Amino acid sequence: MHLNSLMEDTNITITIIDREDVSHEIEVPTDMNLNVMETAKASDLPVEGTCGGMALCASCHCYVTSSHELPQASDDEEDMLDQAFFVESNSRLGCQIKITQEVDGLVVKLAPVD
Amino acid sequence: MIKTDILIIGAGPVGLFTVFEAGLLKLKCHLIDVLPQVGGQLSEIYPKKPIYDIPGYPSVLAGDLVDNLMEQIAPFKPGFTLGEKASEITKNAEGNFQLTTDKGTTIVAPVIAIAGGLGCFTPRKPPIESIDKYEDNGIDYMVRDPEKYRDKEILIAGGGDSALDWTIELADVAKKITLVHRRNSFRGALDSVDKVMALAQSGKIDLVTEAQAIGLKGDDKLTHVTVKTKEATNDLSVDYFIPLFGLTPKLGPIAEWGLNITKGSIEVDTTDYSTNVDGIYAIGDINSYPGKLKLILCGFHEGTLMVQSAFKRIYPDQKLSFKYTTVSGVNAFE
Repeated sequence: MHLNSLMEDTNITITIIDREDVSHEIEVPTDMNLNVMETAKASDLPVEGTCGGMALCASCHCYVTSSHELPQASDDEEDMLDQAFFVESNSRLGCQIKITQEVDGLVVKLAPVD
Repeated sequence: MIKTDILIIGAGPVGLFTVFEAGLLKLKCHLIDVLPQVGGQLSEIYPKKPIYDIPGYPSVLAGDLVDNLMEQIAPFKPGFTLGEKASEITKNAEGNFQLTTDKGTTIVAPVIAIAGGLGCFTPRKPPIESIDKYEDNGIDYMVRDPEKYRDKEILIAGGGDSALDWTIELADVAKKITLVHRRNSFRGALDSVDKVMALAQSGKIDLVTEAQAIGLKGDDKLTHVTVKTKEATNDLSVDYFIPLFGLTPKLGPIAEWGLNITKGSIEVDTTDYSTNVDGIYAIGDINSYPGKLKLILCGFHEGTLMVQSAFKRIYPDQKLSFKYTTVSGVNAFE
């Protein structure tokens, strides 16, 4: 484990709700340049992350269900969401949500897979 | 019927480079890929993205890497069957594999190397109830022959390049076109967006934005698509519904070949990247073993070791002496 991640003040907690509606509370360091897709994969949650985080597939599509004000989706992200299904107004690509102090307490739900 | 030494399934970077390493051992390769072009993900998903971890290239665009690989393997004259899906393998009387594609091409080889990456790129199907029922009965996931739609009423769904391009192309062919899209802005080339907007303004097509196709109606053949907008839900009369939502990789028929598969990857022995089926190897992103990393560079290594094993399998009585290219050069095939 990364040394800094042992220090409490760099960690945040996010909740990922899987497709069976089970909540997974995950403690995750903010100093490793991680995103929600990578966090889910590292916790063995069923997220493909096919393109590796380039916003070039939609396999990490999720819904943000907490009230966090996230940075607006880029054009690239919106373009990919056009190719996803079950898109709602709170849809995002997990790979485009960076793990920072600002998203402490974030709750996301994994979108259905096609 | 095509005959070769190593049949490579998947013409991505790893499949392509394997042709080079096989060529050094004087083994001929034939590649098959479901996509109409070589390069796999590099061409299909991110041709304009830079890759930084190819040894010797501080940075290389994915598309350029594919072009360079094609140049590098050209001396070994690989064969290509593109736009066809590997669907079935059997063993013939001589003990060689005989692979048949979905379009009926047959290829015979003593060794198969699966370099299938994430799997076989297949069109994304919208999750609409009974969509399977109308496949080939009013629903097409790609346009093969525009003439099929002459004087027909068609509904295209999607907002990317292919949805825009086919809307433009078919505007003069079809009797009526409705384009349904999730947002009111489009991605895709600006030029195509402008053309579609102009077509909509002139009344040549119906553009329905902030909308989604949510239902299908018909008997044996599709007759209506239910489209939901912010304001209303309507059944639109159609002859054809063409959903264009890009491609997504699926393992496909490979899953039926008796290979040990865990979480969508083929288990291999790292001595030579052989699978549990004698004569079938798996290299690149599609295989898995303890410590596996899905990197192009690891796939190059795997292909290199794999062809050594393939050689011994094809020519059990011949000695193989390893030669550096710096010493013996690259001896092109006649």
